[in-house]
Amino acid sequence: MKPARWPRSDALSERLLWIDPASGAFGDATVEALTKLPRRGDLLVVNDAATLPASLVGATAEGTPLELRLVAREGDDDRVWRCVVFGAGDWRTKTELRAAPPPLPAGTQLRLGADLSASVVERLAPRLVTVRFDMSGDRLWSAIYRAGRPVQYSYLDGPLELFHVQTSYASRPWSVEMPSAGRPLKWSVLLGLRARGVGLARVTHAAGLSSTGDATLDASLPWPERYDIPEETVDAVSATRRSGGRVIAVGTSVVRALEGAARENRGELVAGAGRTNLVLGPGFVPRIVSGIFTGIHEATATHFALLQAFVGRPLLERAYAHAESVGYLGHELGDSCLILDGVAASYPTSR
Amino acid sequence: MNIEGAAVVVTGGSEGLGASLARELASRKARVVVVARREEALRRLVDEIREAGGEAHALAADVGDKLATHAIAGAAAALVGSVDLLVHNASTLGPVPLRALLDTECEDLARVLEVNVLGPFRLSKAIVGGMVLRDRGLVVHVSSDAATSAYAGWGAYGVSKAALDHLARIWAAELEGTHVRFLSVDPGEMDTRMHADALPDADPRTLARPAEVASRLADVIARSAEVASGSRLELSHEAAR
Repeated sequence: MKPARWPRSDALSERLLWIDPASGAFGDATVEALTKLPRRGDLLVVNDAATLPASLVGATAEGTPLELRLVAREGDDDRVWRCVVFGAGDWRTKTELRAAPPPLPAGTQLRLGADLSASVVERLAPRLVTVRFDMSGDRLWSAIYRAGRPVQYSYLDGPLELFHVQTSYASRPWSVEMPSAGRPLKWSVLLGLRARGVGLARVTHAAGLSSTGDATLDASLPWPERYDIPEETVDAVSATRRSGGRVIAVGTSVVRALEGAARENRGELVAGAGRTNLVLGPGFVPRIVSGIFTGIHEATATHFALLQAFVGRPLLERAYAHAESVGYLGHELGDSCLILDGVAASYPTSR
Repeated sequence: MNIEGAAVVVTGGSEGLGASLARELASRKARVVVVARREEALRRLVDEIREAGGEAHALAADVGDKLATHAIAGAAAALVGSVDLLVHNASTLGPVPLRALLDTECEDLARVLEVNVLGPFRLSKAIVGGMVLRDRGLVVHVSSDAATSAYAGWGAYGVSKAALDHLARIWAAELEGTHVRFLSVDPGEMDTRMHADALPDADPRTLARPAEVASRLADVIARSAEVASGSRLELSHEAAR
């Protein structure tokens, strides 16, 4: 799948591949048509986490250059973060080809911008450390937003600004990479869905890094991620399921939050904050989510494994082969895909 | 709205009405993020609020700077959680002494619109989407009688405030049916640096104290659910200049 290399000006005209696992049909639409695809009584659940400027470029006290990528806050102390580290170079180099970072024993001082500094607390792996920033609260957050840039991708035409990587409903900055499935969802679509009787609910889920550049670390992704599910969402999910509606997750982060929370509570969705290590893959059976609206990525085993909870591999492969042949664009800024039983009935031009 | 525990962002908060409103809301147990360009004045304010037992955080940023938008929205939500109340108080008169339109540089008008209209628009855009998703929130536009009366010499500022009033009305119209609300509030003439810059000969004894106005504004915010979204309220009915 060719990547979309820069944000397109009209998200509503981006392509939408719909797949109906129940009938085995798939077809082409646009994001604008998403307002017509779910039914009255369905519920769309989005991840409202804003995207952090998680890439911090700096150097050790000796002047050795490095890039720190925030992974997750450790516990409640906003100063202590787990981070992936790269050596010299920048995002134009693929992560797996990035230079190794300097050795970073505990106590190494890091300067990450005019007013942002930290020290290494623990080296967990050659490219994975825990650091403690030298300040907290408003001074820390001001400095992170001054020094940080969004995590970039090597296929991009140029560096993305922070406004490029926010969804139109972003709130608390918990994600270190954009929860990109929601990127094309403009308010005309969301309010259009609401006007047609489709519910809208939210979780906050700290979407993690997509790649560390280290094969061993990459194999262990995704790492545990924190989430917060409000009471209103639990109520909306129960009401939807009771009345025979379908819960549609926007992105795999929403699936992880809802299904992870349910798994922690013997299958029952419970409100509150938590951390999940749920891995979506073949054999995983969703208990809460009926369908998914998500981005199109490379047709790899890993990406397919995420989607196989919702659609069988042969249909997925046929649909993706079609999408590739008609020029769909993939990755974080790419086209979208809706996998939902019965969607063919809403969209008559099935193949 | 319930001010106690609310996550609040006040722009232009280092002095004048903004600083007084930050103190007032913090004293009513809101969690307040104060935004202004001048970090030192912000720090003093935040320290003072904390010493009085309130919660306040300082973000030094220029609301007229496009790239500051998501930094303000993101850092604020990191510090106090999803924003419940956004007060667009920051504004600029443009060059002083005030001057007639014929003597106003185009660039000066553009800068005034950038700070007084585009800035609030951008920050609302970054914060209001989350409010609509949660189906609650209040955005207050601090206006002026210069928005409704055509005072000679107040061109750039008056135009910007008229636009800001209308911006609130259009937001309200588009979000009708949600519980996200917009209000424009004319605080009346106050004894502030901005007022002295605009009208250096005014007698401060004839002007309202920012702290008193802030207290009335906080009362309006507390009972904002009773007011139609998009409304324009005058906090004082005192005679204009």
